[in-house]
Amino acid sequence: MTRTLGRIALVLGLPAILLVTWWFASAGSTSFYQPPLETIVKVFPDTWTAARFKSDVVPSLIRLFIGYGLALVVGIGLGVLIGANRRLRSLLEPILEFLRAIPPPVLVPILILIAGIGNPTKVLVIVVGGVWPVLLNTVEGVRGVDDVLSDTCRSYKIHGWLRIRTFILRAASPQIVVGARQALSICIIMMVIGELLGATDGLGYTVVEFQRGFQIPEMWSGVFVLGLLGVLLSLAFTLVERRVLNWYHGARAAERSGH
Amino acid sequence: MTTSPPILRRAGDNPALLGLVGLLGFGALLEILPRVGVLPAEYFPPTSKIVSALVDEFGRAGFWRAVAGTVTTWLIGLTIAVVAGIVLGIVIGSIPALRLATASTIEFLRPIPSVALLPLAIVLFSAPVRSILLLVVYASFWQVLIQVLHGVTDVDPVARETAASYRLGRWRQARYLVWPTTLPYAMTGIRLAAAVALVLTITGELLIGGTKGIGEEINVAQSSIAVPSMYALIVVAGLIGLLANLATRRAERIVLAWHPSVRRELPL
Repeated sequence: MTRTLGRIALVLGLPAILLVTWWFASAGSTSFYQPPLETIVKVFPDTWTAARFKSDVVPSLIRLFIGYGLALVVGIGLGVLIGANRRLRSLLEPILEFLRAIPPPVLVPILILIAGIGNPTKVLVIVVGGVWPVLLNTVEGVRGVDDVLSDTCRSYKIHGWLRIRTFILRAASPQIVVGARQALSICIIMMVIGELLGATDGLGYTVVEFQRGFQIPEMWSGVFVLGLLGVLLSLAFTLVERRVLNWYHGARAAERSGH
Repeated sequence: MTTSPPILRRAGDNPALLGLVGLLGFGALLEILPRVGVLPAEYFPPTSKIVSALVDEFGRAGFWRAVAGTVTTWLIGLTIAVVAGIVLGIVIGSIPALRLATASTIEFLRPIPSVALLPLAIVLFSAPVRSILLLVVYASFWQVLIQVLHGVTDVDPVARETAASYRLGRWRQARYLVWPTTLPYAMTGIRLAAAVALVLTITGELLIGGTKGIGEEINVAQSSIAVPSMYALIVVAGLIGLLANLATRRAERIVLAWHPSVRRELPL
């Protein structure tokens, strides 16, 4: 009982101290840009109403999920293709290294020029940012599959889709998950950037509108929402990862205890 | 004719040559597709036009000032993040109570997307460079901190007990035990942070503006619809990223020359 209490204190202690410090340190703040925490909390329910969620948060999330999903599909698909073929890999490696080195946000102006500022562009922006970590990690994962298992598959005449599904994707999945995690945080960033550079709705757009309109407490509350979104999605990813890679973590733990 | 000609076969076995063929092929494809009209030439200028725009940029003094501006902001931000990350990482990592108490806060702050702080950064600082630096430092700091935290806890128990038997003091333990263990992790963190910091530097320039930098140049090219220049600047951004990556890898090899992971790669 005391141990559980102790752990709860450890988890919540510092955040509580920080928040309380912020609350009292900012309480008498007259600075226009650093309003008291109390004010920010007060405007929060009025700012993030159900209607606002429907008009701005939901469209952002839909674009994020479509973009992230496409980035995963394209990245894993191409990654399996490139990773499994040695010649294709050496043919494309320098190009991929270069394309990956381009900071994705600089592509946004070009994409806006090409495709306008509609929803497809905003989804495309997310895909363009998120596809690289998935692609490169999949290539690495597929390249690193166990030779013995690969030969075993060949002896049992396991080919084509069955081989990809039951062997290659499985064997590469720890690496693919690493890429997918990096891609998720990049996709969130690209979602916001896409909305900053030309949009009429969305989370990023709303927050910048508050900033431009000097609605500073509302802007702070928007930053909270964006931060919370990042935290929640990362939490959700960890839960999914635990399910998907359960076998892997189990095998690793068994390996370690065996030594 | 079932055997391929010897030159082709050799090319197939030489990854560097194949890579070069790939690069040239990619360039040729982007030259031909807009010319024959498969891609609209006004938005996808052929490679030759991008290259000539690139050459024009190289001859412009403003371009080099922009490159210098981007690299300076990047290096300042990266340095702050690396120093803060290593110092805090070692302090937090070596005191178990502190590590436990900060774990939840770190887990909460780390996934906050750095661009979420953009409006804050704009209103908090009047100088654009400072706003950009806030984003750069925030994004890259976590990469270093997390790696260093992993590194500090990875100290070999036998080495730790040996150090204790020899009665090494706190400072000498940090110097001869914790630091060499942490350094490879810290270098990985620095490599990751360097890439993130560059992305955030150019993004900040693009979104905040008002500083000399590649991002700002892209903004200017966009507003004057100079499409080949935009592509040329994007290529430059990629090249800077590539160089940054090479430089950090190089630094890793030099700093960790004594470490087994690097020594093993040397031919005996």
